[in-house]
Formats: sequence, C-alpha cells, structure tokens
Amino acid sequence: MEKGLHNEISNEKLVSLYREMVRVRLFDDKMGEFYARGLCPGTLHLSTGQEAVAVGVCANLTKEDLVTSTHRAHAHTVAKGTPMNVTAAEILGKVTGCCRGRGGTMHLSWPEVGMLYSSSIVGAGAPLAVGAALSATLRKTNQVIASFFGDGAANTGGFHESLNLASIWKLPVVFVCENNLYAISVSVKRSTSVKDIAVRAKAYNMPGFAIDGNDVIEVYKTARIAVERARKGEGPTLIEAKTYRHHGHYYGDPGTAYRTKEEVEEWKKGDPIVRHRKYLLERTIASEEQLNNIDKEVEEEVAEAEKFAIDSEFPGPEELERFVF
Amino acid sequence: MSTQREINMAEALNEAMREEMRRDPTVILMGEDVGVLGGVYGVSKGLLDEFGPERVRDTPISEDGFVGAGIGAAITGLNPIVEIMYPDFLPCAMNQITNHMAKLRYMTGGQLTVPLTIRSAIIQGRGSGADHAQTLIPWFVQTPGLKVVVPSTPYDAKGLLKTAIRDKAPVMFFETAKLYLNKGPVPEDEYLIPFGKADIKREGTDLTIVAICNLVLEALEAAKELEKEGIKAEVVDPRTLVPLDKETIINSVKKTNRIVVVDNNPSACGVAAEIAAIVAEEAFDYLDGPIMRVATLQIPEPVAPPLIKLMLPNKEKIITAAKKLF
Repeated sequence: MEKGLHNEISNEKLVSLYREMVRVRLFDDKMGEFYARGLCPGTLHLSTGQEAVAVGVCANLTKEDLVTSTHRAHAHTVAKGTPMNVTAAEILGKVTGCCRGRGGTMHLSWPEVGMLYSSSIVGAGAPLAVGAALSATLRKTNQVIASFFGDGAANTGGFHESLNLASIWKLPVVFVCENNLYAISVSVKRSTSVKDIAVRAKAYNMPGFAIDGNDVIEVYKTARIAVERARKGEGPTLIEAKTYRHHGHYYGDPGTAYRTKEEVEEWKKGDPIVRHRKYLLERTIASEEQLNNIDKEVEEEVAEAEKFAIDSEFPGPEELERFVF
Repeated sequence: MSTQREINMAEALNEAMREEMRRDPTVILMGEDVGVLGGVYGVSKGLLDEFGPERVRDTPISEDGFVGAGIGAAITGLNPIVEIMYPDFLPCAMNQITNHMAKLRYMTGGQLTVPLTIRSAIIQGRGSGADHAQTLIPWFVQTPGLKVVVPSTPYDAKGLLKTAIRDKAPVMFFETAKLYLNKGPVPEDEYLIPFGKADIKREGTDLTIVAICNLVLEALEAAKELEKEGIKAEVVDPRTLVPLDKETIINSVKKTNRIVVVDNNPSACGVAAEIAAIVAEEAFDYLDGPIMRVATLQIPEPVAPPLIKLMLPNKEKIITAAKKLF
C-alpha cells in the first residue's frame, strides 16, 4: 500500500469515518449492557476493537451495494446504514426488529440499505455473496457485494469455493477477512497454513491485500481499490484486515484462557477509534469539541434506539407461522 | 386443446425449463455438466444453445459454493434452478440448504424470499454403491421452509417443475433417473400442476396404496396382480410431500379401510412413517387392519443385484404386505 494516500480523502470523509466508528462502538457497548441486564435472548458477539474494518469498507459502498456478514454482525449492520432502532429491537427479539424477532443478534438483515444477511454459520456467507454478485451482473445493476468473514472462515470449503467461483465468473465481490487472530480460542498460528490469509488470493487469481485493520484510513483506501475494481467489472479482491477483539468470543468471555492479558492490553493500545481520533486532532482536521459533539450525538442516537427497543413488544402468537414459505 | 402426444420424462422436464426460461428472463440454470453436455441424462439438452452461457452455467464441483450462490442469486432477484446431479451429493451443500435456503425467509421476517429450485436425480438400485443410491428425501421433509416434490410420470414432472420454478418458496425437486425414458401423455398446451394435490393413479375400493417416485409404478403393477385375486387397490400418488395432500389419503382410507405405504427411504422417521402417523391420528376408526409400511431396509445399499433386490421395495413386497390385510 502506497503511503500518504490519506491525502486524497476529504476532511469531511475522515471525520465521518470517526463518527461511524463511534456509532458502531457505542451501539455495541449498549448491546453488551443489554446482555448484562439479561435482556438478550441467546448469545452476543461484539466487534469492540474491530470497528475500522466494517466502517472503512462500508464507507466505499453505495446504498444499493450489498453486504453479507457473520455471527459478529452488529458492526456491519450499523455501518451499512441499518437504523439502530430496528437493529437493537431485533437483538432483543422484538416484533419491531429488522427481522421481526426471528433473526436476533447473529442474523441481521435490512435489504433496503443493502444489509443483505448475516449468517452465523462460519464461512457460509461468502457463497451467498457470490450469488448476489452473479445476480447483480446478470441483472446489470452495477452493484458491488462486500462479504465480511473472519479468519476462521478462511479455512472452510465455502470460502475457497467462493473465491474460485467469483474468480472464474469475474464477479463484483470484495471478500473482507476480518482477521482478529482467533477462531474462538484457536490462534491463526495453529489453524492456518499461511501467515497472511491474503496470499490465498493468488491461488484464485485475484489481488490480495494484507492490511492493518485497525487503521481506518488504510482499510478505507484498500477497500476503495477493491470496490472500484469490482465496479468496473474487473472481478473480485481479497482483503485481509488484521485486527483484534477486545472482548472474548462472546460477551462475558474474558478471552484470556487462550490470550495473555498482556497481548490483550497491547492490542487495546491500538484501539482504532483512539488512533483515528488522535490522527484527526494532531492534524487539526477536527477539534476536540467537534469530536466530543459527535460522541454526544451518537450517544443520543443510541439512547433513542434503546428506548425504541425496550418499549417495543415481543411478537405475538399470530407471528409464529408467518413467512415459513 | 391438448393432443395425445407422448414424450418421456426427460423431455418433459426439458420442456418445463425451456418454457419457463422463455417466459421469465430471471430464470437461470446452474450445476455440474448442465451446459455443454446438457446434463448427465440430457435433461437440460439444448438449453445452453438457446439461452447462452450467462443463463445456463456449468459449475465447478463446488456444491456448497454453487448452491449458496443459487440462494444468493434467489434473494436478489433471480429465479435459479440448481441441479445437484444425485441426491447423494446434496449433503455437500446441506449447510446452505438447511440453514439458508429453507430459513432465510423466516429468519429475516419475510424480507428475503428464496425462489430457488434444486433438481436432483435419484439413482437408487443402480448398483453404484451406497453413496450413489440414496434419496435423502426425509431430510428435506423434516426441514421447515422447503417444499418437496416427487413426480412419477412425465405429465406430473412437467407440470410440477413449472410450478416449482414459479413458486416463491424454495423447492426440492426429486427426479428418478430410471423414469427419464418412460413415456407418457404430455399436452402441448401449457399447464401447471398445483402443489399439495395428490393424484389417484388408479381407483379402487378395497385397499389404499400410497407410493412416490418410481414406486408408484411398482404399486400400479402390484394393484394389477391383486385385482386378479379380487382385491381392488387404489393407488394414491401424493406428488408433493410438502405440502402434503392429507385429505386425499384420508378420504381414500375412509373408503378402503386398509392402507399400505410404500417408501423409497429407510422406514425410521421416513415418508411412510409420517403418512402412517397421519392416518393413525386422523382415520384410526376407519382402519380394518394395521397400517403397513414397505420401505427400504435400514442398511446402506449394496452393489450385488440380488442384495439390492432384497433391500428395496418392489411389486412383490407390496403384494405381500397387502395380502396381510385380508
């Protein structure tokens, strides 16, 4: 990656990347709080620490472009523009939720802003993205499909089959591997044949980029190259964004049975939001006050979503058998 | 009006796809060898020439990938038909089928629809070994969200496949390779067969035989033999297992008071087991004898022809079961 590419990004965009990351962070914080209060059915996977990947990629997408996500779905859902209120309500299983209380935290969908679907089956989203891209190509919609998945997914058959299909059919897919270094407890060092998952792109005849996933500018820039390629009909790209989750695999997992406290603390120092905030302040792209105001506005947005979700009803029995077919 | 034209099942299925692809530009076909070769049994012959490589796609051997891609295409505006050569290969794509194809509509609260049809050709009894012999049909019947189609004649195959392609719900469409060359009357004029409507293939008053796929033909042969002995058997072909036309089966049992259910799957939790349970629940008082099941043995299918014969349902086994009721 060429250094100094940030100069091409407008200050406005740089500030909006900050806002979007704060939106993802504070939303996830609220969901963690919901879980601690016993309000969430099922389990909860937070993206705290990984915000730059979802935000940097989605900032290059239009509303019509599509995203497939994973069991760790909130970041992509919020970054793609799904209203926080329907997302929060869904996570609580409410009828006002984006999936009417049928999907929950791991299965979020809001196609009207391009949030196609999040599959909680590791590696299973990529084939859907390939199909959506095939559909976009045949219907000539000029859409690009970004498929998010983790390092664990990069060892599934679905991942490899998808890269091959997207390559032979030259489809507009951006494969985004959010490598947070652990598939639950198993380190990539123990699970994966290569140091950089991005090199697997070579086997499928497409460009691959291994990047710092905690640098939102680098993510943004790299995704832009991939999205433009896809848009021009030049085919798929694999981006591996190296990042780290501050929480364990799920909310409540301290994540220290398989990671040292020192390692976690070290990565927390590289918090993508703190880094980007520092970047904006040091270059006087934004003032402290401006950023504090953004934080406050986002807090209000989250508070409104919280109220909406809490006040909403669970689906009634009349909802039970709707939409089976 | 329709003529008395006769064509075989492969031709009937080909016509169904061709007509639907002409009618609807969003219908595409994907699968192994469906394009240049026209399918390993020639069912998609000529479709590549007529519709081109964009819409008729030979895939790599990546069932998980291209079934998933079929779903991804279906939820974004296409109406794909995906061919999985044999049902034995469906497990390679089972994650996509059971976790996405069947459930995306429900799990997204109706935001997504999955108008995908998966076609697959059963080659049970061919002697190719146990992993080229299964139907696995009960797996799909037990997966909420899927419709399951099991035609036995060229007429049914064409009308049901056209309905499957037009249906907004995901459909598992099970063809039986040994029936492909069987001829039957198929009108030249367009027709559709609705799902959930059984067909009485032969009327009778003494015994109901419910059968699916090629076993409908075995049941009809058995009925002919039984008639010689004065037993008038009614043969009911459900044609679709989801939705299932319970009413026709129950009404038949109410008339005949006896039932044999024939299944091309192992008996445990199989198609026959489900139909037997429904009859027991809803027509128990009408029965003059136990509900008989003729299913495959609960074993992997061997290769040796004499053993295959012992394993699979056939005319003789149906007759034996029927006679126990008199």
